[in-house]
This record gives sequence, C-alpha cells and structure tokens, in this order.
Amino acid sequence: MEVRRGLVSEPAIIFDSVSKSYPLYHHITGGIKNFLFHFPRAVSQLKNHRYEALQGISFQVNRGETFGIIGKNGAGKSTALGLIAGVLKPSAGMIEVKGRVSPLLELGAGFNSELTGRENIVLNGVLMGLTRADVLRKMEEIIEFAGLDDFINQPLRTYSSGMIMRLGFSVVASLDPEILLIDEVIAVGDLDFQKKCMDKLESFKRNKVTIVFVSHGLQSVINICDRVVWIENHQVRMIGSAEEVVKSYAEERL
Amino acid sequence: MRGKMRSFENYRDLIAVLTQKEMKVRYKSSVFGYCWSVAHPLAFAFVYFIAFKIVMRIQMEDYTLFLIAGLFPWQWFSSSVSAAPTIFLANASIIKRVNFPRNIIPLTTVLQDMIHFILSMPVIVVFLFVYHQSPSLSWLYGIPVLLAIQLIMTYGVALLVSSINLFFRDFERLTSIFITLLFYCTPIIYPETMVPERFRSLIYCNPLSLLMVGWRNLFLHGALDPKTLAVSFAYAVAFYAVGYFVYSKLAWKFAEVL
Repeated sequence: MEVRRGLVSEPAIIFDSVSKSYPLYHHITGGIKNFLFHFPRAVSQLKNHRYEALQGISFQVNRGETFGIIGKNGAGKSTALGLIAGVLKPSAGMIEVKGRVSPLLELGAGFNSELTGRENIVLNGVLMGLTRADVLRKMEEIIEFAGLDDFINQPLRTYSSGMIMRLGFSVVASLDPEILLIDEVIAVGDLDFQKKCMDKLESFKRNKVTIVFVSHGLQSVINICDRVVWIENHQVRMIGSAEEVVKSYAEERL
Repeated sequence: MRGKMRSFENYRDLIAVLTQKEMKVRYKSSVFGYCWSVAHPLAFAFVYFIAFKIVMRIQMEDYTLFLIAGLFPWQWFSSSVSAAPTIFLANASIIKRVNFPRNIIPLTTVLQDMIHFILSMPVIVVFLFVYHQSPSLSWLYGIPVLLAIQLIMTYGVALLVSSINLFFRDFERLTSIFITLLFYCTPIIYPETMVPERFRSLIYCNPLSLLMVGWRNLFLHGALDPKTLAVSFAYAVAFYAVGYFVYSKLAWKFAEVL
C-alpha cells in the first residue's frame, strides 16, 4: 500500500458527471417592466428554455498534470474552466478542486483599466488569496518577467492587448498557483514572450503545478499537454494522451 | 467550499486593496475624491439654504449648521446606495475570473464613502465654530456607534440593491427615484418637530429618520438618545439580514448573468 500511494498521483480536479445549464437571462435582464408585463411567458421561459453548456462531463486531472481541453467554439470549454475556477456552480454532478486556483487567464478581461500595472498586480494577488505583503515581495520578479519597462506605472488603458496578456501571465505565473487555468492566451504574445511562457510552463510542470489549458492551437496542445479531453456538443467525445486525441480531432476536421 | 480557504490576513488585504481601487476608479485620485465628498453636500446645503431660509423664510436659527449636520451623513448613505446598482457590473472582469466573496465589493463601496464622511467631519467642526459652538466630548463614543449602525444599514441596502440590479438591470432607475423620495421623507432639511403631529409617527417608519436625527443631535448638541440608537440598530440589522439573504441566494449566479 505504501508504495502504491507513492506511485498513484492524487487527483487535483475531479468532474463527476457534471452538467451546467443556464436559463436565458435576457428575459429578466431586459428589465423589471419587461419581466412583469410578460410575466407568465418570462417565468415559463426561465424554467423551460435553458442553454445546456455541459452535459454529464466526467474527467479527472491529476496533481502536476497538464491537461488540455479542445473542441469547437461554443462546445463548453470555457464553461468547464469557469467551473474549475469556482465562479460557476454546476447544475448537476460534483466537482472537486484541491489547491489554490489562479485567476482564469483569458484574453481581454481580468484587469482594471484605470489602475496601473503595479496596482493590478496587487489586486490580482489578493484576489488569488495571497496577502498584500506576499504580493509586494514578488513584485519585482513579476515586473521583470513581464518586461513592460515604464509602462508598469501607467494605467492599463494605455496598454496594448499583447502587453495586458504579458502582465496577466506574469502575475499568475509568479504567484505560486497550485492550479493554473489558461484560456487561449499565450498565442497573443510575441515570439520572445511565447518562448518565455513555454519555459515557465515547463518549470511549473517540474514543480508539480496542475495546469488546465484551453486552446485551438493544436500543436501547442501536443507540445504542452500530457492528456487532453475533447468536448463536442457539450459532451466528452474522447479522453486520452495528447497526441492521440489531437490526432483524431484533427482527422475529423479534414 | 473552495472560497473558505482564505485567511483573515487575506480578507483584510482584500478589503483594503479593493477599497483603494474603488477610490481611485471612482474619483481618479483620493485628493479630488475628498473635495467631491465635501463639495457635494456643501452645494446642497447652499441650495437648500437659499430655497428655505432666504426664499421661504423658515423660522430657525443657524439653519446652515442644521443642514450641514444632516446632509453630510446623508451623503454617505445616498452616495453608496446610488453607486450600488452598478458595482458588480463594474467589477465583472474579476467576478468572472476568480472565486472570492463577492459581498466584499459592496462592502468596499460603503467603506469608501464612510471614509469620505469621516474626512469631511472637520468641515462640520469649522461650521460649529463659525456659529460659536464647539464639538462635545460625547462625540468620542457617539461617532463610532453611529458610524457602526449606519455602516451595517448602508451595507445591507447596498448588498440588496447591487444583487437585484444584476438580474433586473433597470432597478438602477428605481433606486435613484427611491433615494430622492427617501431624502424628502427624512427630516434632514426640516426638523422632525415641524412635521404635523398626525404624520410624525410615519416619519419614524422611515429607517433613516432616527439615524439622521441622531447624527444631527450629536453634532449640534452632543446628545445621544439610547432609544434612537436601539431603533436604528434594529433597522440596520434587519436591512443587513434581508440584504445578505438575497445576496446569498443570488451570488452563485453572478458570473452567469454578467
């Protein structure tokens, strides 16, 4: 038993027949007037017309593993990440996540455009669960990695999208996440920075950080990921080694 | 379950950092923020002074002082509650990315306005001196008690309004109308004693009446009435309970509707 326990890595993320459906909220976000004037219809639509983003998804991600999620637009990949991040709650099924989850790294969103780079770093750090002192200790390392020079003291609205991505990756990468969620961001940076990101991801893999990686760049999925899940029409189509799954996925596309 | 792994230190820093952010985003800088938080109630005081003292000739001594003692604490409540409908929307990007206790966002809005209110108190002192009065010792315990009561009440209302507005986006309009109505139903620009006898009990159905009268009596006369405190505190707890209940029912859907 002792030996086995050493060999079998414990799961960091468990999805057990997880479903996620949304009501179509526009009936009520359209306003109280709308909602009240069309009350019976609004209620019945809230109840019956739900958008099924994920249906009975099950998978496990082991600690230290790099796990890819691939699939077409709208297949439910981002919903799955949102569920892991804990910002969404499953409609059915069970999710277990063990470890400190990084803020979801995704394009565009995530920062406050009025705050400077430095202030955004602190904000992201405390949101992630660190204390301000922890973040300040790592500040120079983050700034160095992002390589934004004087822009670090400028409000974020003056940044280009590539620069925002650099900052985002640097913050998340430097704040010791135990589980890292990446939604299609690395491709935005220039080649130098992409290389830096890949090196950083390699060092995370060595340090047993669990990484969940969503991408349409199939080659980078093969390069980075150990295992991959292919989600199609909100269901799991295939789970397996990165090469195998990406190969069948690519074949079907042709 | 995952949200509960945060330490006390993290909560403390989260509140501090988000409050600073709020100040910066809303007023661009804290120096100007301070000016605005003082200028706003002062401008209102000026308007009401002209309307009621000069034009309508209300029979009251030191009416300016009277106005200021009520308008400053009101400004805190009204500024927080008017901001409340949009604060979750304004923070959509962090709500959708990280799992953290979302109720901290309305809390920081209310705290920020509270800080501005506290910083504006010297202005009240200046006006007291202008009218040959002075602060009293009872401020030392009176101010913290009233601050606590109003913090709980405003936070409760802000939590309620901000949560509901995510689902009914035009709730914002209702809120601003409601705040205006509430202002005139609260004895701020008139003393509660001027309200006709048969309506007076109605005034006290307004949760803010006793609190605002309490602030004014403290600022002007150094007086603190235990009954006022008890009733205001009860209202505050009730608002907090309702606000928190609604928030906790809706909070997990925030990332879906944003």
